[in-house]
Amino acid sequence: MFETLTGRLNQVFDQLRRRGKLSEADVDAAMREVRLALLEADVHYSVVKDFVARVRQRAVGAEVSKALNPGQQVIKIVHEEMIATLGEPAPLNLSGPKPRVVLLAGLQGSGKTTAAGKLARIFRSRGERVMLVAGDPYRPAAIQQLQNLGQRLDVPVFTQSGVKPPDLAKKAFDQAEKGGYSVMIVDTAGRSQLDDALMDELRAISAKVKPVETLLVIDSMIGQEALRIAEGFRDAVTLTGLILTKMDGDARGGAAISIRSVTGVPLKFLGTGEKLDALETYDPARLASRILGMGDVIGLIEKAEAAFDAETAQKSAEKMLKGQFTLEDWLDQMRQMRKMGPLSQILEMIPGQMGQAARNVDPQDVEKNFKQVEAIINSMTRRERRAPDILNASRRRRIAAGSGTQVQDVNRLMKQFRELERMMKQIKKTGGRGLNRLFG
Amino acid sequence: MNDLLSRWRTGLSRTSKAAFGRVASLLGATEITDETWDELEALLIQADLGLEVTHAVIGSLQKAVRTQGLLRASELQSLLRAELRSRLSEPPLIEWTAQPSVILLVGVNGSGKTTTAAKLGQRFQREGKSILFGAADTFRAAAVDQLQVWGDRLGVPVVSGAPESDPGAVAFNAVQSAIARRADIVLIDTAGRLHTRFNLMEELKKVHRVVSKALPGAPHQVWLVLDATTGQNALLQAKAFRQTVQVTGVILAKLDSSARGGMAFAIQGELGLPILFAGLGEKPEDLQPFDPEAFVEGILNA
Repeated sequence: MFETLTGRLNQVFDQLRRRGKLSEADVDAAMREVRLALLEADVHYSVVKDFVARVRQRAVGAEVSKALNPGQQVIKIVHEEMIATLGEPAPLNLSGPKPRVVLLAGLQGSGKTTAAGKLARIFRSRGERVMLVAGDPYRPAAIQQLQNLGQRLDVPVFTQSGVKPPDLAKKAFDQAEKGGYSVMIVDTAGRSQLDDALMDELRAISAKVKPVETLLVIDSMIGQEALRIAEGFRDAVTLTGLILTKMDGDARGGAAISIRSVTGVPLKFLGTGEKLDALETYDPARLASRILGMGDVIGLIEKAEAAFDAETAQKSAEKMLKGQFTLEDWLDQMRQMRKMGPLSQILEMIPGQMGQAARNVDPQDVEKNFKQVEAIINSMTRRERRAPDILNASRRRRIAAGSGTQVQDVNRLMKQFRELERMMKQIKKTGGRGLNRLFG
Repeated sequence: MNDLLSRWRTGLSRTSKAAFGRVASLLGATEITDETWDELEALLIQADLGLEVTHAVIGSLQKAVRTQGLLRASELQSLLRAELRSRLSEPPLIEWTAQPSVILLVGVNGSGKTTTAAKLGQRFQREGKSILFGAADTFRAAAVDQLQVWGDRLGVPVVSGAPESDPGAVAFNAVQSAIARRADIVLIDTAGRLHTRFNLMEELKKVHRVVSKALPGAPHQVWLVLDATTGQNALLQAKAFRQTVQVTGVILAKLDSSARGGMAFAIQGELGLPILFAGLGEKPEDLQPFDPEAFVEGILNA
């Protein structure tokens, strides 16, 4: 069901090997796929309609660049249009007299309290004096949840029982002012935009503390209703930004596009995990890829770039192409890959069918396997690593004993290495063209 | 029954005015045209039925229109109702054959597991059962306290562990404690986890396994709590949880929001998982057995 858009567009354009301009028929066929991809990503029906119309207009008659095939050309246009719609990430506005108030609002379970903790952490690391305000007297233990987070972060949490949230916010504000706090984050109860009483309450809170930022916290897994919900909150209070939470899951997060393009409220942060440091600003290109179902290829590339020691990479690439790839190089590569971060995170960034497969891999298994490979290669002599052909039965027994493994493990490793060598030779023959397929 | 339906109605009334209120005007006394089908597609997709189900529903309506020679859009309305209804089944009767019967509640973060556990507790309590809560969400700050508050309100004992402690151990203790106290039903609340997190899903598998060690045959029910506002991701969630812990049924929480919960169709259709209960409000009595007629009626806003 969730095939990648790139793959499907390549199918659409498979028969067309010609170059030149994109015809109306080409574009229409492509737009059907784009439309499906967006609807599968939970982008609102009406937003999809407008978006597709815009892209269609740009794409018809567009020149297909020499470097791209027609499918890639359409993707490029779609991608660009989506990036333009998403816009650059807007910074938080922390201006005006202190304390500056950040108000969080959203449906039940969207992740407001966790987001409050994460924001507090960010502000504190910027040198602000932060106070958290527990404005949810309704859900049992909601106050305690925020208190626990405050304790962990060493940030004070303002609470008072028996006081209505607007008055509570005001009292907190006065205290923050007196205490010399620079930022005050108000967590509120989850509410539906249709609940008049609670929306009035939100309005009252906002009126009492005059927030510089009112952020709508929204679950990235949300469906078509995202748009109406955002509109409801926008009509009640002046929304200044959006936090899209639970982005570490596999939801595509089409709500971002719907809300952004209809209400104009900018996306400010993504919640990417349960830990308190998992709040990120967003990269429009990367988010666009994700909504389109193209995986986080850019993120993957960035991580690889950051972790890779360019010189070593260059050397091993040259060796690969010369067919001189040794066990030492292999170990180097594996070590570099590990530097990219926790394997579980890397695996999740891989798009498409390969990504599906990757998610079924147990990261712990892979780690274990890696340690074993490392131990085996470390137990070889230098000569053995460079010329593995000399590995006879007696050498293999010695290596197994030295690395605390079995001879079968050594044999398996050598088989894997031969396989890799074979692939390298293949790549050498095709000049690396086959690699693009990896991200199809 | 009247009372029940009216609760569904009040729960859904706020929500049904919008998209499906248009059904009536769409399916008015006009001829069936291509536009009718486009509009119908828009309506179904906006109710989160998903592309596949939407196209299947439209396909089967188109077939019916052809074979029955229908021309008027108004004639589609009852067809649509019947078609949607046929895709949902009545929730099966829950049989309490074991004592204690162990129910494991699972789901992604923020779907409403703890609140649902409390509501289920009260519901079964009113049916004369003695209940025990297992607070196996040892991860989220104050999740245990949240269930404890409910336990105190309802007079239901709560078995919990220290923060960050092993949720399997808590579940095990809960079942053992229920056996000792001769409780009828154990409701085990687990930590919210995204279905893509391999380690957390393994942890859930372990909780499941440990529970079966504490009492052979347990857990007797594994219920996935799903937020009704969820879009296409709901099906992936249901698939992943079913694969990991053999989910036996789904609870549709927060159906009183403006979302219509259309993903229920795909989950029932593709995975064969029954929808057991629906959350229609904040109060414990707002959790009601899933009523497919009322559900379809609510979204069509008859």
